[in-house]
Amino acid sequence: MKHFLRTGFSFKSTSKKSLFFSLAALSSLGLSSGVTTAVADGHKNLKIGFVTFLSGGAAGPFGVPARNAAELMIEAINKGTVPAPYNSKGLAGASISPIFVDEASKQKVADYKKLVQKDKVDIVVGYISSGSCKAIAPVAEEAKKFTILFDCGTPQIFEKIVTSPKYVFRTGAHATMDNVAAARYLMARNIDASSIAGINQNYAWGQDSWKDFSHSMKALKPGLKVSTEQFPKIYAGQYGSEISVLLTKKPNVIHSSFWGGDMEAFVLQGSARGVFKRSKVILTTGETATNRLGAQMPDGTIIGARGPHGALAPEGPLNDWFKKAYFDRFGSLPTYPSYKMAQALLGLKTAADKAGKTDQDAIMAALRGSEFDTPSGKVTMALSNGHQAIQDTAYGMYKFDKSTGKSSLVDIQRFKAKCVNPPKGVSSTDWIASNFKGADCK
Amino acid sequence: MLTAVAISLDGLGFAAWLFLASVGLTLIYGVMRILNIAHGGFYALGAYSAAWAIGLYTQTGQTIALTYLIIPVAALVVGVVAGLTIERGVMRYMYGRDEVLMVLVTYAIFLILEDVTKLIWGTDSYIAYQPAYWLGTIEIFGIPYTIYKFLTIGIALAVGLVLWWGLTRTRTGKLLLVVINDREISSALGINVTLFFTATFVIGATLGALGGALTAPEISVVPGIGAEIIVMAFAVIVIGGMGSIGGAMIGALIVGFARALSVHLYPPAELFSIYIVMALVLAIKPYGLFALSEGRKI
Repeated sequence: MKHFLRTGFSFKSTSKKSLFFSLAALSSLGLSSGVTTAVADGHKNLKIGFVTFLSGGAAGPFGVPARNAAELMIEAINKGTVPAPYNSKGLAGASISPIFVDEASKQKVADYKKLVQKDKVDIVVGYISSGSCKAIAPVAEEAKKFTILFDCGTPQIFEKIVTSPKYVFRTGAHATMDNVAAARYLMARNIDASSIAGINQNYAWGQDSWKDFSHSMKALKPGLKVSTEQFPKIYAGQYGSEISVLLTKKPNVIHSSFWGGDMEAFVLQGSARGVFKRSKVILTTGETATNRLGAQMPDGTIIGARGPHGALAPEGPLNDWFKKAYFDRFGSLPTYPSYKMAQALLGLKTAADKAGKTDQDAIMAALRGSEFDTPSGKVTMALSNGHQAIQDTAYGMYKFDKSTGKSSLVDIQRFKAKCVNPPKGVSSTDWIASNFKGADCK
Repeated sequence: MLTAVAISLDGLGFAAWLFLASVGLTLIYGVMRILNIAHGGFYALGAYSAAWAIGLYTQTGQTIALTYLIIPVAALVVGVVAGLTIERGVMRYMYGRDEVLMVLVTYAIFLILEDVTKLIWGTDSYIAYQPAYWLGTIEIFGIPYTIYKFLTIGIALAVGLVLWWGLTRTRTGKLLLVVINDREISSALGINVTLFFTATFVIGATLGALGGALTAPEISVVPGIGAEIIVMAFAVIVIGGMGSIGGAMIGALIVGFARALSVHLYPPAELFSIYIVMALVLAIKPYGLFALSEGRKI
């Protein structure tokens, strides 16, 4: 130790007294930077671990916009500058200290455990991939750590993986809503859907999305034909063969839950080969690419945003503030991952403020079954014993204006939350199989 | 008939892409006995640089025709710069070391290249569709195919032919084959083995970058494409026999057609088709179809 002090640091001639002052100074630096748990305005800081894609193919379209939204919201919540009813400072007065972790890790469970055990976070907010959520949800329950899944879509999380959740919440609706709404949109717009085809990624997200969509279509339009079901590998990037099959089978409607680079590649390759002219294509996550693809996204493509986010978000002061604040800071409009991150943090703030304290049991109790306003409209924690959100949603058709170079969504159709989400206590599969028993679409 | 034609064309198109992406990898292994995982990084650099340069150029409003020149130039520039920097900066200190260590070193370089790519181009996707769209499509039995895909097939064939010709019909190529067979004797005979190694590494890197650059107009260039391609490229060169240019071509064709067949005839098998083919080939020929013979040294 003596040797270490002599050579490792400049403490070699430090007296015990000056060493004490040095440590005190270091401690005060830690306090002022907010890195460690500290006392501020009489409240604890809340350390939150944010897990989102910071590298890999999902970083650009999802992870980074989500992280941007987290940074924006954390700053606004800490300062109390979010519009009413969120204009009080912090979470029940406690400031948020974030730690960001890359979801594109091969050791997601170990990263989660590190956040909980070593970094000692109070809450974990994260996960874009359905695969990540499937892995993390049971670990979070085991670790007894308050965890909010903000984006992933597979309905399996609370229907198969964690059937009696205590610590895990999901503040965004799951993929059943996206796909039931997509089917209802086709019916509402009288689009010929006598034959359908799917091209979805070969993992939980793609498989569940196609299952919910195709079963919903069969329920709404008995006798339709499924031309082909394609499940290429995630990040395949090359879809020449699949596109040939889609062109050969000539379905009226093509459904895809492709996201990120895969979705953009499919649009580029498919539109070049006339897929979008021969079939009506519905992209359940298409919204993230609408600002980027411009004229390359064919007019008439049906676009979803995994909820009423982005161009499908309802007008209101919260949405106006969010769009402006995001654009002013990052130079682009927020897409749905940003909205879903904001949604998670506003749900958390609602619960913490309602509880009036920051211990995890109190916040979880307040979040369970709650309702809160977001830039995307009202969210209700209605399913899975109050742990799973539902919300209204919408779909629209893509239109590109060559003269202005701007895209928009037209023929927007909105659906009530209870029209496109299963009722309490009923699994998505059973609900669709029952021909949407109990759906409120009036 | 329609399905058979579609399978043939799709298989050929996919094989061309695979061959372009993997030929540099097999060349480097053949000459230098290095399993170069950094090859995925060269592919990504090529894709990003081409997409970025095409994007800049098309903003000027000039004819799209020149973008076909931008693609190889971008690949050449990043291939030579990155290949030369890595070979002279790192690899030359590693020659003669254990092959496993080389895998670790090239993996480290791959990770660095991924971060360098992210540092230069960020995490947003890059789209450079213009060259793929500009040539238009041709209908075969009522199915439109992009002419750009046929151009890619042609380039893959040309690359294969040039490499074959260069290795077997030129003096330099024949000397390279001598180096491949026995680098110690080559060195004793006065062949500049170091120069051959440097040149091979740079050519391999440039071929990797060319694979990425040619693919850029068809895809969305996103972080992580290098990691995806390296797995496929390894599958191709293992099937063909590591180090064999002809093997890489045959391996690419086998994988391309296996994938096209499964997509058209039995889509659920698509995910496994490549690995099923690889397992079958390796069960019969454990060193791949055209593995280079190892000279026994006394």
